Amino acid sequence: MAFDTKTADVEERIEDGALLSGSAQFIDDLPFAVGTLHAAILRSPHAHASIVSIDSSRARALPGVAAVIDGTALAKVSEPLMVGVKIPIKCWPMAVDRARYVGEPVVVVLAEDRYVAEDALDLIEVTYTPLPPVIDPEAALDVNAYVLHEELETNLGSERTFRYGDPESAREAAPRCIAVKVRYPRNSCTPMETYGVLAEYDPHGTGYDVQANFQGPFSIHPVIARALKVPGSKLRLRTPPNSGGSFGVKQGVFPYIVLMAACARIAARPVKWIEDRLEHLTASVSATNRVVELQAAVEPDGRVTALFWDQIEDVGAYLRAPEPATLYRMHGNLCGAYDIANLSVRNRIVMTNKTPTGLNRGFGGPQIYFALERLMQRIAQELELDPLDVIRRNLISAFPYRTASGTTYDSGDYVRAFDVALNDGRYGELLSRRDQARAEGRLYGIGLTTAVEPSVSNMGYLSTALTPAQRAKSGPKNGALAAATISLDPVGSVTVQIDSVPQGQGHQTVAANLVSGVLGLCSKDVRVVAEFDTAKDAWSIAAGNYSSRFAASTLSAVQLAADRLRHRLSRIAAAQLNGRPEDIVFAGGRVHLNGNPEASISFARIASASHWAPGTLPDDMEPVVRETAIWSPEELAAPTGEDGINSSLCHSFIFDFCGVEIDAVSGQVRVDRYVTMHDCGRVLHAGMVEGQIRGAFAQAIGASLFEEFAYGPDGAFLAGTFADYPVPTVLEIPTLDILHIETPSPLTLTGAKGVGEGNCMSTPVCVANAVADALAPKCGAVDLVLPLTPARIAEFLDAEPAAPEGYQPAAPTTGKGLTGRGRAKVSASPQAIWDLLMDPEQLAAIIPGAHGVSRPSEDRFSADVTLGVGPVKGRYKVDVALSELDPPSSALLTGRAAGALGMGEGTGRVSLTALPDGGTEIAYEYDARVGGKVASVGGRLLDGAARIVIGQFFTALGRRAGGQRTLFARLFGWIGGGK
Amino acid sequence: MKPAPFDYLRAGTVQEAQAALAAEGEGARVIAGGQSLVAMLNMRLARPTLLVDVMHVAGGAEIRVERGQLVVPFAVRQAALLNRRDLLSEVPLLAAALPWVGHVQTRARGTVCGSVAHADPSAEIALALVALDGTVHLRGRRARRLPAAEFFTGMMQTAARPDEMIEAVSFPLSQEGTGHAFNEVGIRHGDFAIVSVAAIATGDRLRLAIGGVNDTPLVRDWSSLDDRQVDDALNDLAWSLDARDDLHATARYRRDLVRRLGRKTIKEARQCAA
Amino acid sequence: MRRLIADQTHSISLKLNGKPVHAEAEPRMLLSDFIRHVLGAKGTHVGCEHGVCGACTVRMDGGLARSCLTLAVQADGAEIETVEHLAPEPGSLSVLQNSFRRHHALQCGFCTAGILMSLDTLLRDHPEAGETEIRDALAGHLCRCTGYEPIVTAAMEAAEILQKERLNA
Repeated sequence: MAFDTKTADVEERIEDGALLSGSAQFIDDLPFAVGTLHAAILRSPHAHASIVSIDSSRARALPGVAAVIDGTALAKVSEPLMVGVKIPIKCWPMAVDRARYVGEPVVVVLAEDRYVAEDALDLIEVTYTPLPPVIDPEAALDVNAYVLHEELETNLGSERTFRYGDPESAREAAPRCIAVKVRYPRNSCTPMETYGVLAEYDPHGTGYDVQANFQGPFSIHPVIARALKVPGSKLRLRTPPNSGGSFGVKQGVFPYIVLMAACARIAARPVKWIEDRLEHLTASVSATNRVVELQAAVEPDGRVTALFWDQIEDVGAYLRAPEPATLYRMHGNLCGAYDIANLSVRNRIVMTNKTPTGLNRGFGGPQIYFALERLMQRIAQELELDPLDVIRRNLISAFPYRTASGTTYDSGDYVRAFDVALNDGRYGELLSRRDQARAEGRLYGIGLTTAVEPSVSNMGYLSTALTPAQRAKSGPKNGALAAATISLDPVGSVTVQIDSVPQGQGHQTVAANLVSGVLGLCSKDVRVVAEFDTAKDAWSIAAGNYSSRFAASTLSAVQLAADRLRHRLSRIAAAQLNGRPEDIVFAGGRVHLNGNPEASISFARIASASHWAPGTLPDDMEPVVRETAIWSPEELAAPTGEDGINSSLCHSFIFDFCGVEIDAVSGQVRVDRYVTMHDCGRVLHAGMVEGQIRGAFAQAIGASLFEEFAYGPDGAFLAGTFADYPVPTVLEIPTLDILHIETPSPLTLTGAKGVGEGNCMSTPVCVANAVADALAPKCGAVDLVLPLTPARIAEFLDAEPAAPEGYQPAAPTTGKGLTGRGRAKVSASPQAIWDLLMDPEQLAAIIPGAHGVSRPSEDRFSADVTLGVGPVKGRYKVDVALSELDPPSSALLTGRAAGALGMGEGTGRVSLTALPDGGTEIAYEYDARVGGKVASVGGRLLDGAARIVIGQFFTALGRRAGGQRTLFARLFGWIGGGK
Repeated sequence: MKPAPFDYLRAGTVQEAQAALAAEGEGARVIAGGQSLVAMLNMRLARPTLLVDVMHVAGGAEIRVERGQLVVPFAVRQAALLNRRDLLSEVPLLAAALPWVGHVQTRARGTVCGSVAHADPSAEIALALVALDGTVHLRGRRARRLPAAEFFTGMMQTAARPDEMIEAVSFPLSQEGTGHAFNEVGIRHGDFAIVSVAAIATGDRLRLAIGGVNDTPLVRDWSSLDDRQVDDALNDLAWSLDARDDLHATARYRRDLVRRLGRKTIKEARQCAA
Repeated sequence: MRRLIADQTHSISLKLNGKPVHAEAEPRMLLSDFIRHVLGAKGTHVGCEHGVCGACTVRMDGGLARSCLTLAVQADGAEIETVEHLAPEPGSLSVLQNSFRRHHALQCGFCTAGILMSLDTLLRDHPEAGETEIRDALAGHLCRCTGYEPIVTAAMEAAEILQKERLNA
């Protein structure tokens, strides 16, 4: 029975009443057992460091602290997380011996409340030996690069090459080869609710009971169980009734499930952990950053005959499950919407000192389409063709379509969608706007992109990362099961259990609509339960909320269950109405024989019959109390021996175009008009489909123009707050025109396909293409890196007006961290200054906030120092080594400071020059790197803070040395990161 | 992200607040709206030993006009000042700058004096105060007044001593024939300014104040500056600033903004003056 | 003038959603934690604890406040209103809440409580508020699900309905 889209269109969501009135329950709202301990996590301030020692004695002694647990303790009750490709690295959820990214957990404190737990973190002293950070994915592959995982002896986690068709011959035959190299940055869709875990352990047999706002895929459940060393049946994993957004990100809570469950076992008490925003931004999970070289063999008319992908995927510090899925999810659709028969692929997975990656809305799509569609624009530019023509000539025109790498595009009409969009989206008008803007001297450009949005992942696609021989050894993997259960209670009311773990997508409403339609009920009479419980529900590894699977997959299971239930209830009704089951009609909460609505029975009576009077059922019938349906799409086969993979079941089509203007004053990119055309198969609920498109679009605008998980060259994480990770507000989101055509999927029972991720894939490159087009009259073809901040755009605009004569250029930068220099004149002699600098007691008086200076050896100083700017104060242990001593004229100081707010290290050179009047000119230069919390949250202040602290030191030095005459007010400094 | 422990004292009078600050020394901080301070407490970037709440001191929220100055005492919330009926005629530069301060929600709690005390290099109120030659009224054991330009000594550093609180800030009332304009570029609206520019035009005379670049607001005056000279003057100004690269902007982009936003703001101020 | 000592709890009395409540808290406890975990009103959500996301926005003595940037001790004697207080009675929704439901102005609903408080306050204090004012109030909130457009639509519809109701009254 087909689902009625028309009635569903106007349905308000069942979920909204509770959400709007504040009674909906999220993970932090759930009740927990008396005696539950609250966890806080001490995290590595270093991108890469050996853990030499952990002194937690003061933390343990703090009243209210129940346990302090480090990696060594964790390793006693658990095992490393399984790795998807077979390499010998150890993925612990908390650092054991070595920390490999800023924010990696190092110690967990369990205390009576979170405030006390955080107090205890301040009392833990960890001694680290910093190791060389490996940040750039290309540099990580250098043979001389420092290796993160010694067992592996390289930072290359996996390398595979693939060849489909005959790409080399196509390249030889083609008149042109056109290539782009792109770098896709790190970002995240950052749900508004952070991670949360409630964990208990029963040593007497039932094992672990965990509640977490995990979103699936539940292929992770065996990973968790194995890490906790229990069979799956001894790991009960439940999700709360509501989850505050996920967008893939909450898959990444799973290492914390392992960590907190293990802590509960060690402490023998229930444990609660709610991640805070700083933790979330720094160390939850990130989309992968990727370096792609993409080359096309091209005919003179723009037809592409072969593609050559060379991808370096940066998964961060650990190749953590389900990675390298980001790279392989798109393997079947690497040619996008284009009919290209020849394909060559080289995929390398590299590990660097960054947060491990995982699911993120669009999952692999943004990275692929950014390269592919930047290339399509480049082809048009180089061949001087209209980009519209290049796209149109390459579009796939017949369906179903088999891609070069083995995926079947189930349905579509790309050419029609393309033409409808140009017409209904008023593309011609956009051209006029561009003409007019350019005539007025404004920078205006148009961007275009297509994207094929896969949904319902083949759980076997990841095994494409293994060689056919490895796959043969480990056995084939494939499929994408979905499960739904419909229960009838003793008064005939209906409850549906689904396996999709929604985070706000309205699954309950859509499922209730479907089931009520099939059973002739009102949707408000159907209760849909979406809380997940591995101990009670029907589920498989494919369960969860990812790869836009709900509408196509879970809903197919719901449809299957509802149809079966209806069929069985029809038999009961037919017996009571003396008719044939096929003539039974379900409508208005009653059942009757077709053509005889007067003689009807209430649905409740039929539905409750099995509870109260199984004897009244037809003889050969089993009682009807619940119906569980498992839906399994047979099309999703395991990878073939030739590496062909049907990586997803359904493929939606997107065609976007937009006009942007670069503001003449601010250089900011303003999206003038944005049109997005979707073919997501049958639209099941217009309001929710629109909500998915608008939400993805807003996140993609963030990725295009604002957001980046930025790292310093030393691996310091720089975007730890919502001030430094600027998620767009309502004022930054342009208006969006949404268009649809519908070509229902023949492979799903509802005809629906995924729609939730498409704009995350298409919009970043569409905006980039438009910006490139705006810059083209001035700069020709340009390489762009997201986010397109005005500071980046400024580099493409007019050359900067020259500095006035007499301008003093800044000191040379080392390209790393904070650098600066300054001078001061004092009336004391160089020898007097020198003596001061070498005397611990004198230094104690000079160094701002020093609590004690000692000189453990001739060339070393140690001090406890309170450093601060304004209200920002922290206590640090400071060690300084002296070298290149040339008394009394110069010395090199190499120092390191570590404290609760983070750590810093740097070098400074001090030179003393005698002045004719007997005084001294002190000159200094410094170069410092700062990491940890203060770099993540206070980056904006750091440079100034360094200058203030150093300025204070030299002011005090001058004063101490006998009166400072002039302190040159102007100090030069800048942060030279990457410039 | 929870604050470290501190004591809390709700002052009933300015004298009580001042005495508490004096007794506690370096560890004490005044809390008014708390919109900057509490975020720093939550991140444990700030660890005061005592917070002195001044929001219940009688009379602290009454704005007054006194000897040609708009006097804004310590408990006046930013929203209250912005909603003042005559603000546009009294201090038009403030009326232009205040909507850029945070968001509706933070302005409802944050105070004018609290923003001045925080001395963020990008703060709009501090920029307006310096641009207008405003005054900071400090209250220690004794009361003293400092010109705004002397009050701000560095990034989040002020000339206030540990035992002093800001009792009020005062802005000179606008004079006939003077034009004011304010512009700002941030990543998003409501964010810290990458560059903010205030312009004051009186006849030929022109003043420009730049925020977000140096550690404190920077002021430049010209006795006259005709249209042909503006670009060169702004370029000189841009290069004379201490522009730096950070996560969100480059030094070059900051100089670009000084040149382009400066030109736009000068033009607007002159149009207002005319 | 009484100095409240760190590490000790102190009695705090305030009005929460019209009802007087008394409970204990250390000076450092955030109002967001106090409302949620001490008083048990969990409709207010915590999204960032540094004042940017707006999820924790409540009404305090009639004006808006980020409860994560407010200490519980600062609220001693104050009147606090939260999302639980918006509906006229249990099981029903306010005009604004109904508009949100009609226009799909929420998906996961986590940021919604704070947004409702801001918009409810705007429409109460400025019944004539139009799209510009609505967007300005909304700019203090982050939402990751909706793309904001449906929220603006819902608020504008609610403003219109409330204006009509006022005219009829």
